Amino acid sequence: MQKKSRIDLPTLFASLWLCLMLLIAAAAPLIAPHDITAMDLRDRLSPPFGFGGTTVHLFGSDDLGRDVASRLYYSIRTSLLIAFGATVISVVVGTAIGFLAAYFRGLVEHFLLLLIDVQASLPFLIVALAMLAFFGNSLPLFVGLMGLYGWERNARLARGLALAAGAQGYAGATRQLGAHPLRIYLRHILPNSAATLLVAATVTFPEIILVESGLSFLGLGVQPPMTSLGVMVGTGREYITRAPWMLLSPSIVIVLTAVAVSVVGDFLRDKLDPTLK
Amino acid sequence: MTNILPYIGPKVLRAALSIIVVVTLTFFVLRASGDPALQILGPGARAPDLEAFRQKWGLDQPLPVQYLRYLWGALHGDFGNSMLAGKPAAELVLERMPLTLALMLPALALNVLIGIPVGAYAAMHRDSWIDRSVMMLTVLGFTVPSFVLGLLFILIFSVTLGLFPSGGADKWQSFVLPVLTLGVGGAAMLARFTRSAMIEVLSQLYVVAASAKGVTWRQVIHHHAFPNAIIPILTLLGLMLGGQVAGAVLVENVFGWPGIGQLLVVSVGNRDLAVVQVILLLVALTMTSANLMMDLLYGVVDPRLRQARPGSH
Repeated sequence: MQKKSRIDLPTLFASLWLCLMLLIAAAAPLIAPHDITAMDLRDRLSPPFGFGGTTVHLFGSDDLGRDVASRLYYSIRTSLLIAFGATVISVVVGTAIGFLAAYFRGLVEHFLLLLIDVQASLPFLIVALAMLAFFGNSLPLFVGLMGLYGWERNARLARGLALAAGAQGYAGATRQLGAHPLRIYLRHILPNSAATLLVAATVTFPEIILVESGLSFLGLGVQPPMTSLGVMVGTGREYITRAPWMLLSPSIVIVLTAVAVSVVGDFLRDKLDPTLK
Repeated sequence: MTNILPYIGPKVLRAALSIIVVVTLTFFVLRASGDPALQILGPGARAPDLEAFRQKWGLDQPLPVQYLRYLWGALHGDFGNSMLAGKPAAELVLERMPLTLALMLPALALNVLIGIPVGAYAAMHRDSWIDRSVMMLTVLGFTVPSFVLGLLFILIFSVTLGLFPSGGADKWQSFVLPVLTLGVGGAAMLARFTRSAMIEVLSQLYVVAASAKGVTWRQVIHHHAFPNAIIPILTLLGLMLGGQVAGAVLVENVFGWPGIGQLLVVSVGNRDLAVVQVILLLVALTMTSANLMMDLLYGVVDPRLRQARPGSH
């Protein structure tokens, strides 16, 4: 494997796109020209600027005359926030469970491995679908549920890392010095595993964006009046013949963002952790 | 034959155990989440009606009793009735099964028939322009979510070109777009994975040795490289099934395909407990047995794994 010292072109574009998305997410209230719920029934389904539309609605307007551009900015904000919160939860929960399994071994470990098996036997989307519809839906609950995504993968990874670290000198040395297990795990093993866990997070993040938009598309994720990329695609499908822009702009954002994160993730993986494939 | 049992025994046991956990979890989680009587009859229902409804479906019994009844029934092939349709839930689900299989099996075939040859070809022509462009395409292929891809297909092939219908399941043409939508993502993932598995194998010493002693390149690929690369590919194929099932739910929704995925979304919305349970169980059973079959297949393709190692499984 040859070392690349400089950033290649796809990675550059991907990073630029991600920066743009972060900027839009952060500045959504400032740059959105209209309120996301402001309706204008006289100006419904107006096409984007350059396709017969006006500059009033740069990306066109939707079935209720709401501005697609403004909704898009806020959707990016919502989707990124949910994915970010959920990724943090997923990595923290997964790492905690993995470390617990590595520390206790025996029965606890077998029980956790069984739970991982169970999770592996049911696609997450289906579990989430059932949970959401049965427990109702609120934003905190939804973010928490998304945070369960990928926990089993992170747990397995963290357990492996902790087991490997436990066999190394530094963990043994601190143990001999009489350090509390919590101190060994949090102050010594965690920092040494951080790079790998961070790379794992770049894998989880785009997948959560996709699951979230899938659920929102089915009408079971983010609820109106809030909007997310999946919600916009879901509403847009009803108008696919008359107003394809309602569906195309959020779709393009989903696709480009997911591709960009995976390109940047590959780059980080090569840089930070050559042992991962 | 004698040494096969220690190899598969623990795996079968673990598979059975996870099925039991799934059944138990779905039962308790779904029951604990709300009152189906209120859900079906509506908040305006009168108390005697609610009581009668609960009695009719056994919802007035304590949870452990309901659970044991459910297990007992399930063992006899009785999964309870759909509260909405008034029919046995299993029957309702099995009716939809052929249509879902008619989507998933061709899509799986598409995965394998496109993904593996393309990936192997890219690996053998590593760093050529074909390899590079294939790899670029595959990134797109597996990052585009199935519902976006399906809608784009509808926009291009149904709305603009008018080649294929955008929904329904009545003609052979209606199969094209859903199967394609479901198959593309898996094919892309498989192509990427096959490529890296092949590249890894091609750098192994036994491949170098085979080439060095004058075996033709074709034979090296067919007899030395590919059989060794197939093991990790099989693992991935087993894991991909889950994505395929989740994809089917979304794809059926996009194309108005009256299969199990649509039934699940509708039943979940209506809190039709029995139907949701049957579908969850069916998915868990399918995936567990698929992964078990993959485990058994390793035993066939890799004789080393047939040797039971004591104390490990």
